[in-house]
Amino acid sequence: MKDYADILFEYLFKTSIESSPFSLAWYILFIFLVAGVLLFFAANFAGITSFIERRIAARIQSRVGPNVVGPQGVLQWVADGIKLLLKEDLIPGRADRFLFRAAPYFVFSGLFAAFVALPFGYGIVAADLNIGIYYIFAITSLVVVGIIMGGWSSNSKWAMFGAFRSAAQIISYEIPTALSLIPVIMLTGSLSTQDIIIAQGGMPWDWYIFHSPFTLACFIIFFISALAEGNRIPFDLPEAESELVSGYNTEYSGFRFLVFPMAEWANLWVISAMVTLTYLGGWQIPFVSLETISGSPFLILISVGIFFVKTSIVVFIVIQLRWTLPRVRVDQMTLLCWTYLVPISLVAIVGTMVWMLVFPWDGTPGLLIRLLMSGIGAAACLFYIKRIRFNYLNDKLLFERLKGKPSWYPFWRLP
Amino acid sequence: MERSGNADLKHLKPQIAPFREEMILNMGPQHPSTHGVLNFLIVTDGEVIHQALPNVGYLHRGFEKLAEQTPYTTFIPYTDRIDYLAAMFGNHAYVLAVEKLAEIEVPGRAEFLRVIVCELNRIASHLISTGALALDIGATTPFVHWIRERECINDIMEAICGARLTYNYMRIGGVSRDINESIADQILKFLDHFEPMIDEYNRLISFNEIFIKRLANVAVISQIDAVNFGLVGPNLRGSGIEMDIRKIMPYSVYDRFDFDVPFGEGFKGTLGDSYDRYFVRILEIKESCSIVRQALSKLPKGNIKAKVKRKLKIKENECYSSVESARGEMGMYLVSDGTDKPYRLKIKTGSFTAMSIVEKVSQRLMVADLIAFIGSLDVVAPEIDR
Repeated sequence: MKDYADILFEYLFKTSIESSPFSLAWYILFIFLVAGVLLFFAANFAGITSFIERRIAARIQSRVGPNVVGPQGVLQWVADGIKLLLKEDLIPGRADRFLFRAAPYFVFSGLFAAFVALPFGYGIVAADLNIGIYYIFAITSLVVVGIIMGGWSSNSKWAMFGAFRSAAQIISYEIPTALSLIPVIMLTGSLSTQDIIIAQGGMPWDWYIFHSPFTLACFIIFFISALAEGNRIPFDLPEAESELVSGYNTEYSGFRFLVFPMAEWANLWVISAMVTLTYLGGWQIPFVSLETISGSPFLILISVGIFFVKTSIVVFIVIQLRWTLPRVRVDQMTLLCWTYLVPISLVAIVGTMVWMLVFPWDGTPGLLIRLLMSGIGAAACLFYIKRIRFNYLNDKLLFERLKGKPSWYPFWRLP
Repeated sequence: MERSGNADLKHLKPQIAPFREEMILNMGPQHPSTHGVLNFLIVTDGEVIHQALPNVGYLHRGFEKLAEQTPYTTFIPYTDRIDYLAAMFGNHAYVLAVEKLAEIEVPGRAEFLRVIVCELNRIASHLISTGALALDIGATTPFVHWIRERECINDIMEAICGARLTYNYMRIGGVSRDINESIADQILKFLDHFEPMIDEYNRLISFNEIFIKRLANVAVISQIDAVNFGLVGPNLRGSGIEMDIRKIMPYSVYDRFDFDVPFGEGFKGTLGDSYDRYFVRILEIKESCSIVRQALSKLPKGNIKAKVKRKLKIKENECYSSVESARGEMGMYLVSDGTDKPYRLKIKTGSFTAMSIVEKVSQRLMVADLIAFIGSLDVVAPEIDR
């Protein structure tokens, strides 16, 4: 894959970038441009997801949700953002002013820098680093530094509790997160995010999740630990609004506060994109070979769309989990990590090694097992849909019995 | 840190002795899950609580003194405010005490109406209690679903007595308004809708693995402790003691109904843990539904109010009467002195006694467990302080 900056430069100025005296200035400009595009995407995604999450939560809780600002409330997140921008920026009396101000920068840069290595489609990635996955792990760990700084400098016991919980949580869960991705790295032989996707295929049985029972276990471990790293329920201990008031961000207000939830929702994309690219086949289009994609801009757009849809489905599941499950206790959280997730992922790494030797990827038994595994996956999805349908029909019946009117109404007439 | 300047600490300081590396954590009175204005002083060195002292009195409004300056008939609205989540029981306990003292016969229909509204109110109160417990554990959805069901009960109450929270429904010698066919229909319709909803709620949260892990074997109250600390109601029954005022000292017409008293049996863990107290309430909701159904089917015809003098004067006497409120035994000890005002009224409530056990049970709990424990005790701040 040729560098997009080079292609664009040659297209614009009709001269090779090596011979141009402005190449350095061009690259710096291009870096800012890409950073701007990524920030635009991440910030908008965070905002829109906040609205979508609130609407989904409202449906789960059988209430209406935000529906006033804009048509069906779609501009609610803009209003919320403007409101928080206009709020007074309050620093508690005896807070450590420097650390208190610095903390949001760490949280912000830690999360948004992860977008650099995340792919969005065939060849569409800001920097196809050869250590992509490793880089994302390393850079998202910076978030916990910001959280500890914010919690410590607030001079509030509740904020400090949140900070220490966050430290314990992220230090614990970095390990199973990394361990559960090692099978993927072994199967690919590369840390680059694009290489990992290219090594998989378009159809479910070509995805790493269905390669063997071990990778399936690793997928579940990775998903759980990614939830924990993203501070999502059932692992939202650092915030834990019913225990710690609001956890590490108790004392924050205004724009400094806005950074924390924005980072949390941006992290939702990072988690889901990581799950998609490592285990769910990324942007691979079924029945289309890589060579065909590279030649056609239309197919590249399709690949972007596929990646977006897959990631959105994972985002939806994460949101649904958040509004269904209670929160675990702090000792149960570490217990789960050290007694179950870490040993199982270690076993799974060894298991995958053996599996790779016994059933090679392209061999007939390997393919058969992958087909069987994807059948199990499909059954699990069907069961999930069946349970939702069962509960939905049950509620519909009860509602109609109580109110005497149909519970369904067209979505364009949502209240 | 100027601990000496803290007014709360001043009178509790002799009881608190923090070592080095321990800190005092002030939980409340403005904390999201202390269920009202309630303060806990927690001595801790991290997540584990070494000592937790409840500090009550933020919501003291002096009802007992107010009663001495208010005529008998006009004190009823105050009793709503003793426990705003279960206002009917305050009404009921008070009017029972006055009726006992003044020897007033209550018509049968009024007794049945009292039972119906009380049991509906018990359901509403337990909905808040169990939902808020789930909210304290971190699950927001169950609470909202229960609030929706409670809204139906509020509608029914509005149709019966015109108010949705503080009802002021009962009168000395009866009740203020009668119910008609359409309200009875509304109640039955609600029960038809609600009873299957309990199973759905159980599927959603009661049998959730994380929920059970958070509540089972947490904050165990032994049978002896439960009796010694004077726990009442679902908290006492959660410890496996089958004690219900409705059964052992039937008041009103409760002896005419067929219902069980659910009690804890270690449903998912030890006997007397938080889950038992929680699940006893869920089972009680079901029993209350059946009592309402029975009362509606047996509802006699007749007057709803006995003839009582407008200016009620009671000769020198004293009595104690108690009802099984949603938070356990609510007792009123009433002394009259021949005037139209009580000489003394002492109110005994379940939440106050429940607070006394917090210090003993909360040692070596986690901070998050204390929240679950308080939630499972189902305390309501105004009922603690009156």
